[in-house]
Amino acid sequence: MSFKTKRVLAATASAAVATLFLAGCAPADSGTAAGCEAYADYQGFEGTEVEVYTTIIAPEADLFVESFAEFEECTGITVNWNGTQEFEAQIAVRVEGGTAPDLAIFPQPGLLARFKDSLVAAPAKVTESVDANYSPDWKNYGTVDGTFFAAPLGANVKSFVWYNPKVFADNSYTIPTTWQELLDLSDKIAAEGKIQPWCAGFGSGEATGWVGTDWMEDIMLRTASAETYDKWVTHGIPFNDPAVATAIGEAGKILKNPDYVGDVASIATTTFQDGGAGIVDGTCAMHRQASFIGGILAADHGATIVEPTDTSMDNGISVFYFPGTSADNKPALGGGEFVAAFSDRGEVQALQHYLTTPLWNNAKAKLGGWFSANKGLDEANVADPVNKVAVQILKNATTFRFDGSDVMPAAVGAGTFWKEMTAWVAEDKSDADVLDAIEASWPKN
Amino acid sequence: MINTAFSLARKTPWEVIFPNLILLIVSLAAFAAVIYLVFLLASRVNVRVQEWLKYAVFLAPAVLFLLIGLVYPTLRTLVMSFMNADSTEFVGLDNYVWSFTIPEILVVLRNTFVWVLFVPTLSTMLGLAIAYLTDRMKRPGVVKSLIFLPMAISFVGAGVIWKFVYNFQPNLDKPDIGLFSAISKAFGVNPPNWLLEAPGNTLLLILVMIWIQTGFAMVVLSAAMKNVPDEVVEAAMLDGAGNWQRFVRVTVPMIRSTIIVVLTTTAIGTLKVFDIVRTMTGGNFETNVIANEMYSQSFRQMNYGQGSALAVILLVCVLPIIAYNIRQLRRERAER
Amino acid sequence: MSTRKKAKDIFASPIASAVAIIIAILWTIPTFGLLVSSIRPEKDINNSGWWTFFTNPSFTLENYAQVLFQGSTTNPPLAQFFFNSFALTIPAVVFPITLALFAAYALAWFNFKGKDTIFFIIFGLQVVPLQLTLIPLLQLFSKGLVVGDTVIIPDLGITGTFIPIWIAHTIFGLPLAIFLLHNFLSQIPRELIEAARVDGANWFTLFSKIILPLSVPAIASFSIFQFLWVWNDLLVGLTFGGGVKQVAPLTVRIAEMVGSRGSGWELLTAGAFVSMIVPLIVFFALQRYFVRGLLAGSVKG
Repeated sequence: MSFKTKRVLAATASAAVATLFLAGCAPADSGTAAGCEAYADYQGFEGTEVEVYTTIIAPEADLFVESFAEFEECTGITVNWNGTQEFEAQIAVRVEGGTAPDLAIFPQPGLLARFKDSLVAAPAKVTESVDANYSPDWKNYGTVDGTFFAAPLGANVKSFVWYNPKVFADNSYTIPTTWQELLDLSDKIAAEGKIQPWCAGFGSGEATGWVGTDWMEDIMLRTASAETYDKWVTHGIPFNDPAVATAIGEAGKILKNPDYVGDVASIATTTFQDGGAGIVDGTCAMHRQASFIGGILAADHGATIVEPTDTSMDNGISVFYFPGTSADNKPALGGGEFVAAFSDRGEVQALQHYLTTPLWNNAKAKLGGWFSANKGLDEANVADPVNKVAVQILKNATTFRFDGSDVMPAAVGAGTFWKEMTAWVAEDKSDADVLDAIEASWPKN
Repeated sequence: MINTAFSLARKTPWEVIFPNLILLIVSLAAFAAVIYLVFLLASRVNVRVQEWLKYAVFLAPAVLFLLIGLVYPTLRTLVMSFMNADSTEFVGLDNYVWSFTIPEILVVLRNTFVWVLFVPTLSTMLGLAIAYLTDRMKRPGVVKSLIFLPMAISFVGAGVIWKFVYNFQPNLDKPDIGLFSAISKAFGVNPPNWLLEAPGNTLLLILVMIWIQTGFAMVVLSAAMKNVPDEVVEAAMLDGAGNWQRFVRVTVPMIRSTIIVVLTTTAIGTLKVFDIVRTMTGGNFETNVIANEMYSQSFRQMNYGQGSALAVILLVCVLPIIAYNIRQLRRERAER
Repeated sequence: MSTRKKAKDIFASPIASAVAIIIAILWTIPTFGLLVSSIRPEKDINNSGWWTFFTNPSFTLENYAQVLFQGSTTNPPLAQFFFNSFALTIPAVVFPITLALFAAYALAWFNFKGKDTIFFIIFGLQVVPLQLTLIPLLQLFSKGLVVGDTVIIPDLGITGTFIPIWIAHTIFGLPLAIFLLHNFLSQIPRELIEAARVDGANWFTLFSKIILPLSVPAIASFSIFQFLWVWNDLLVGLTFGGGVKQVAPLTVRIAEMVGSRGSGWELLTAGAFVSMIVPLIVFFALQRYFVRGLLAGSVKG
């Protein structure tokens, strides 16, 4: 789902970093050749343009455009960044209508498969670069029916619980390291009755419910094996399998417990952006959400993102790892974007290749608020505290799995799964009814 | 400031606007010139040629546009509704069976019916009432403008405005930012979560559409009322008819055909509306309507078969309205 | 205008006026709330109702400054989108109304077989939802029209310009325009037309000398509706703009700005008002045309 992956947000802090970086090392206007050695492979396309169609819009988009400055200057290729919220629906319209973009950044690998007939397979150079710079898992998500199309771009980690370190310190709550400890802590907070243990928000316009699917996936990855998770995503087991029922049952222990979350039904109408507001003003203790929410809480609710050890700020927020069933069970749920080409023009391939290089990945990371799974990415370039933790989680994970709903067929992953998770909280629909309804909607062929 | 380095390589706004401005002017000028020339030449040729030329000039362009732009896509949709998700094989009536058996879609059909029932009737009645009231006012301008105002707002903008009104704050300790919640608290009632609880939430969405459409109905009906001859009204007064009777027995029948036009236009607009539902509830909480579900089936879930079947159902829903109007038009023709 | 008739004055009651005014106020409260919110600081919008502004006023133009002037490297300034909206709307009003007036004239006054059928089909076409036509029309613009091996319309290379948007709006506006204008034109007294014909006017001079001048009120009022519709449209601009910022209208930009900033009430409110300004000006400038002419054709008597 686009919202989840695109919001590697430029928090105020990272924007400042960006300014410093550019002021410090902006290429001088003169001497185009100097510093352009790395771009030798991309020559011969002066005056051409490449359209990049994406869900990533301002302000995040600005950082992308900045990261292309050197490429544009050295190659003479102009990158037209074209972001829209309507990407998921419009990409189908444009491809069918014969006006496909040059490059499209897919936020969901599941969406990629539908365009396999229109996409251009990744050229050998891009494939080589991806083989060298990414793990096979990541390459696999960009592969449809054995053909590799889409190179990985950014990454994010979803297995996060956001909290307010000062609130935790003041009440001497300890960071839970297992699922049971997490429930015990929730019980303790609920019993004290000072603040609400959890807050959550599923609302996201027509995509309402995706937050619920993330919860399910994260827990599924903990209560079941990675193999079972994979089978679940690819429909190797039915959606109403007992293993899935266990996961939704565990999720319900938190999300459908009024002692933890207050009014359960209103989770469905609280937007995901407002869902975490409670941890900023101290009305609730914990909020499970992916890395990007920090930027939103900072921009809309005046939060400051701090290191977990910094307990001085009233409005400080930080993250801890959403714990596994045992302390050494550390699976991670994440997501990412994938760049696929609809055109085989030289300049398009040049840009697609450039985006897979450590050169670009490091430059982009330095601008702040962003990281990728590129092996050449230097951790030192990932500056903000949360993404630093995210990179750590990605590295230490016993298992890493991609956001399941993004991989499932769109009818489920961008359809009934969202809708049913919404009904699950809004109408108190039972676990079994929810799973049966999603199972019934899985496309036949 | 930091962007100047590479924004120099990009076009300035003026560089973008200028060619577009030229295109705009040239297009408008060319359009006017072509029409002028055609008229000039056509009125000089002999009468026999004119007899067929008049069809080519007046009727053909619109018909051609409609054939390509609306008739062909409709037929294409009809065919696609009998095919599978990516239109590669025929599946018979499967998509229609799906439409009428999946409980979620039945809810969608029910809601669409409720919308078409309430929006045209209520907004026309309200518009009629306001038109009648303002017709008797000394300075109706301001009142009419305020009621028309929502027409000037996009559906998405209207969605924003009303999301504000229906905002619900689950935490009782925090102040409300939603008007409805605040009012209901002022009366000592704990507000419900307005957009969550079916079937009330569908009615609240319908209220938004009525809010928009009433202005249209009012403006059109009030124009029609102005054309009711005074003699007729005065005659009714002399017969001792009261206000209400005069309204029901004289005014309404006199503008009957306008009322039908307003009802029809509003009903068709209502069937097609999807922005309001999309921005306010995303079709959740049992508020979905056909036009929204059709869009998400076709383009989000990329099931063109099911999306097309819903579109065809939508078209069929409107047939009775069209048929009724055609009968009306026929009857009016006969009267003339 | 002598619209205030004696007979009505007798009955002009203060109660009727009061009721009308109350309804008008109720109707305006939601928009008014939005206006007040748009000049409040972000924190206040999120934490208290807009009505508290009056007891505890805090005023800012920051929201508008942000919407209007917040530059970005990916997006041109808002002024360009304003221009685009105009450049898109003017032909998208002129073209369909001209063609519709032509067709309405033909359907109302020419005598030929099947004209009722054509009229009813056009009337029926009003119901075709926009979404159905997106893909076929886009294909037409990007690939031309080829049946079998015969090229009927070649690929004109107009993708990425305003032209596809104009054509699309023209097509979508036609059915309703033809329907309403036909109603109007068929009310023109037959004697008038016949007298002109006897005087030797051909069908073309008849149109320019008699039909066109008589239709001005109807044209004006329909233009306003078409203007409002095109100006507020998002889907057509987004789809047929070929994904190019150079031709994207204001609505596309505001939708994007709002979406990228979380819940962002403060930008939503200011953005909504910025996009409303032009339609409101148009409405207030031309509203007297509503009182005259509009749909006069469908009024009997």
